Amino acid sequence: MRKTFEMEIQQLKDELLLMGSMVEQQLLDAVDALKRRDVEASRRIYAADGKINSKRFGIEEQVMILIATQQPMAHDLRLLASILEVSAELERMGDYAKGIATINIRIGDEPLLKPLIDIPRMAQKAADMLHRALTAFINEDVETARAIPAEDDEVDELYKQVYRDLMAFVIADPRTIDRANFLDWTAHNLERFADRVTNICERTVFIVTGEIIEIGSSSSGDV
Amino acid sequence: MNTQTRTLLNTGKAASIMTKPSITQFEHKSNNDAPVKVDVKNLQVFYGKFRALAGVDLAVRENQITAIIGPSGCGKSTLLRSFNRMNDLTAGCRVQGEVSLDGDNLYAAGVDVVDIRRRVGMVFQRPNPFPKSIYDNVAYGPRLYGVRRRTDLQEIVERSLKSAALWDEVKDKLGQSGMSLSGGQQQRLCIARALAVEPEVILMDEPASALDPISTLKIEELMQELKRNYTIVIVTHNMQQAARVSDYTAMMMIDEQRAGRMIEYDQTNIIFTRPKDKRTEDYVTGRFG
Repeated sequence: MRKTFEMEIQQLKDELLLMGSMVEQQLLDAVDALKRRDVEASRRIYAADGKINSKRFGIEEQVMILIATQQPMAHDLRLLASILEVSAELERMGDYAKGIATINIRIGDEPLLKPLIDIPRMAQKAADMLHRALTAFINEDVETARAIPAEDDEVDELYKQVYRDLMAFVIADPRTIDRANFLDWTAHNLERFADRVTNICERTVFIVTGEIIEIGSSSSGDV
Repeated sequence: MNTQTRTLLNTGKAASIMTKPSITQFEHKSNNDAPVKVDVKNLQVFYGKFRALAGVDLAVRENQITAIIGPSGCGKSTLLRSFNRMNDLTAGCRVQGEVSLDGDNLYAAGVDVVDIRRRVGMVFQRPNPFPKSIYDNVAYGPRLYGVRRRTDLQEIVERSLKSAALWDEVKDKLGQSGMSLSGGQQQRLCIARALAVEPEVILMDEPASALDPISTLKIEELMQELKRNYTIVIVTHNMQQAARVSDYTAMMMIDEQRAGRMIEYDQTNIIFTRPKDKRTEDYVTGRFG
């Protein structure tokens, strides 16, 4: 029985990793499409969010089946509960990517207020953090999980930079306010995305130690 | 908005909760303040030269359900049987260390074993009613202890059967043989028989392992009722049962010399979600045993 159970848990982990890759790709694609002003690509990204949602429901169902049939205890129980939690986080993170796709669609024919420099950097950083956080989750690597949230400060700094740049445009010419808002909204989505990486790291610590702790970056919650 | 939320808002409790940095701690069902009812200290039990239990410590709390779990042959039943000196009945059995009930050592010289077994009742794996009527099964203990008056006995029988959640099913056939009942009913009859002598502690050795799921559920629900008035210690192989019914769980294992040892003892909520000992973890997750 234990062998079957372990195999099923492994399948769940694979599914979660796959879901994480989908979310990561969606985020990078969404920012890339915005940068290139490719509205068609954004429409595809928008539609693809449904696949992420289905993945989450599939994982949720499988976790429920395992809880009902295997009555997991201790580490197994913490792992399954955490997979449930992380799949929900990933789904929301997918929504942020979808949000950026929506922004590009809504901007329509207008040109971007400025060329995107820091926003793609934020996306790269956030996607990289997610990738490593999810790997640490699967490998139950507590040390890495505890270290990653501090990197959120970098994303927060970039967000502040983006915000200052955009405000400079708005002060110089208040008619740019809508176009500035679109980009601020994009950066905000990226900042929230990176924040949620911390939640995944907290679950890794929980699986291993049984303690639910808030790790948090030095400026978590600041804008 | 439900009533509870509204009440919280009205009292300003929600606001105070929100300002606290701590993560909500759900109330554990186990009561850490309950006094110790049975205290086991450095208990060793020998069968001839073989040491079955080595240095076991266990503080069983009053009005709580304590489950003893562990792989076969780890000494769970031996430990349980030391709580009312049932081991005395096994030839060659020798006990060292201390088991005290409300502070009195059960193994001290001059202790009345019959009185101990009245105070500490036992229910076994297989229902074992006497080949007597339902009424006589329950009245057996009180009669042994000298209750003679018919009305007293009637009252005890009714009260015990009600406490064992069996009264409604048998009140019209008290004269029938206890053996005529179903397995689950027979087990509740044995519980009623144990309750009839007004024990303080009830020991249950795999009380539901021979029963179907519905009867098992009835026994488990009954245990929750009984714990209000009694201290219960249960030995079970069924991990889910231990997790469902108990407040505290004691995990046992054998050491290299095949002697049973206490590995970990904690609140049930902790044992089954984040045990401290790797061996407990491996056992409750089904890696061995």
